Amino acid sequence: MLLIECPWCGPRAETEFSHGGEAGITRPANPDALSDAEWADYLFYRSNPRGAHRELWNHARGCRRWFVVERDTVTNRIAGSFRLDEALPVPASAAGKQAEQGD
Amino acid sequence: MQRYSAFSLLRNALGHNRNWGRVWRSPEPKQGYDAIIVGGGGHGLATAYYLAKNHGMSNIAVLEKGWIGGGNTGRNTTIVRSNYLWTEAALLYEKSMQLWEGLSQDLNYNVMFSQRGVYNLGHSLQDMRDIERRVNANRLNGIDAEVVGTAELGKAIPHLNISPGARYPVLGASLQRRGGVARHDAVAWGFARAADALGVDIIEQCAVTGIDVSGGKAVGVQTTRGPIASDRIGVVVAGHAGVLAQMADLRLPIESHPLQAFVSEPIRPVLDTVVMSGAVHGYISQSDKGELVIGAGIDAYNGYGQRGSFPVIEHAMQAIVELFPVFSRVRMLRLWGGIVDVAPDACPILSKTPVEGLYFNCGWGTGGFKATPGSGWAFAHTMAHDEAHELNAPFSLERFSTGALVDEHGAAAVAH
Ligand SMILES: Cc1cc2nc3c(=O)[nH]c(=O)nc-3n(C[C@H](O)[C@H](O)[C@H](O)COP(=O)(O)OP(=O)(O)OC[C@H]3O[C@@H](n4cnc5c(N)ncnc54)[C@H](O)[C@@H]3O)c2cc1C
Ligand SMILES: [Zn+2]
Repeated sequence: MLLIECPWCGPRAETEFSHGGEAGITRPANPDALSDAEWADYLFYRSNPRGAHRELWNHARGCRRWFVVERDTVTNRIAGSFRLDEALPVPASAAGKQAEQGD
Repeated sequence: MQRYSAFSLLRNALGHNRNWGRVWRSPEPKQGYDAIIVGGGGHGLATAYYLAKNHGMSNIAVLEKGWIGGGNTGRNTTIVRSNYLWTEAALLYEKSMQLWEGLSQDLNYNVMFSQRGVYNLGHSLQDMRDIERRVNANRLNGIDAEVVGTAELGKAIPHLNISPGARYPVLGASLQRRGGVARHDAVAWGFARAADALGVDIIEQCAVTGIDVSGGKAVGVQTTRGPIASDRIGVVVAGHAGVLAQMADLRLPIESHPLQAFVSEPIRPVLDTVVMSGAVHGYISQSDKGELVIGAGIDAYNGYGQRGSFPVIEHAMQAIVELFPVFSRVRMLRLWGGIVDVAPDACPILSKTPVEGLYFNCGWGTGGFKATPGSGWAFAHTMAHDEAHELNAPFSLERFSTGALVDEHGAAAVAH
């Protein structure tokens, strides 16, 4: 069971939350200007990293607020939770680096 | 290859079973091949087999980072059916079903394909409408399907709780009589042995760590056993598709999730068919050893660890006890997880990519075991001709930008 830290309510059990997928995907300001491939990338393509992953969670059975969690997708270790209105630290994952563990 | 037959069984029995030969060779990798398959699961091995058998290519290597069949192929609940709603999907899975029906003979290896029937239960009026729609769609595509009522269910599956007082009462089901189960390991081993006999090199303990691309063309792979050249590379690594895509600077519309299954202690024969329920989300059959084989849902979040979360286990157990109260005191023996590659429309990707000579076969998600032979068959065609077969043409990467998704999510009975 994951222990997820809600920035407002503190650490709570995974069952109180729902997962909202990869964080940081913003709806393009002007969809008409995009090519089909760019639109597809926004809709369907995800980075799906093996390692550090920034993802949205919603405290659905709690305060019902959204926030960002950085979690390792191999070990499930959570590096931190961040409010949507705060600047995220320099991402460990943004370079697209993969964790080097085997499984 | 030593052919298996009743006579070979007898001969080897007389030799106290000490003279059985190796089932496939364990060759050193060559410097180059006409084609490389990355991933020695059922789909990769089937691709190699059909490349050799149908397309006359034999200078092929299958590169597997662990042991063959150690991925989802050896971790799944082995349900085989072809009753998908949409024509594109139905035809692909039905091709597979037809190959399953002759597979043991074709491979000269008993894959223990058992057509014991698959029931998909309906628990609400809307479930039943969807079931009727799907059964009719299946029939129009020439796929056997029936709607059965509770009276018939009660006779066919005596321990199923069909009482109207159940929390989620069973109102009926679809039945595909040709559906069933097969032995997962035997599928990997059977394809490996048959491919090996046609000259394919199966190289285990060989992880691909890089894909070499030059001038927009695939030219080879880097592996833990050295570089291997090839201008035709098929990537068939299920949950690791994204990791391999990244090696070639590609992105995929795929996310990886843990999916769990469990088996119980062996018990006397009690269930001679396969029962699935999308509404309570559980599916169950009984193995020939007597274990109840139970599947769960995926973890909602991405994951590459081959284990899943406890709430999902609990949920699957609740579903099974709801359907079969008689199993409430059966103990679970083992549980495990696999990493499944889920596409937005719950349909596979068997496709060329923007890199010439690089092909991906992935996105089978929670339900690709049933497709193993058909997937290999179609993907071999795609790799041999650099062009999709009409069966897998709808399953290209382009569908995500054209919008021609094959939306089986929710449309199929349950995703397995
Ligand atoms: C718990 C569970 C239950 C399921 N139940 C069903 C079911 O009832 N019916 C059904 O039809 N489907 C089911 N599935 C889905 C099914 O198992 C898969 O869709 C199918 O087996 C995928 O086969 P594959 O050959 O593509 O992948 P795999 O068998 O996973 O093979 C991929 C291989 O690639 C290898 N690999 C990965 N990275 C590398 C690398 N870098 N270099 C070399 N090799 C690499 C892996 O080690 C692995 O052996 C289930 C899956 C799970 C996990
Ligand atoms: Zn909260």
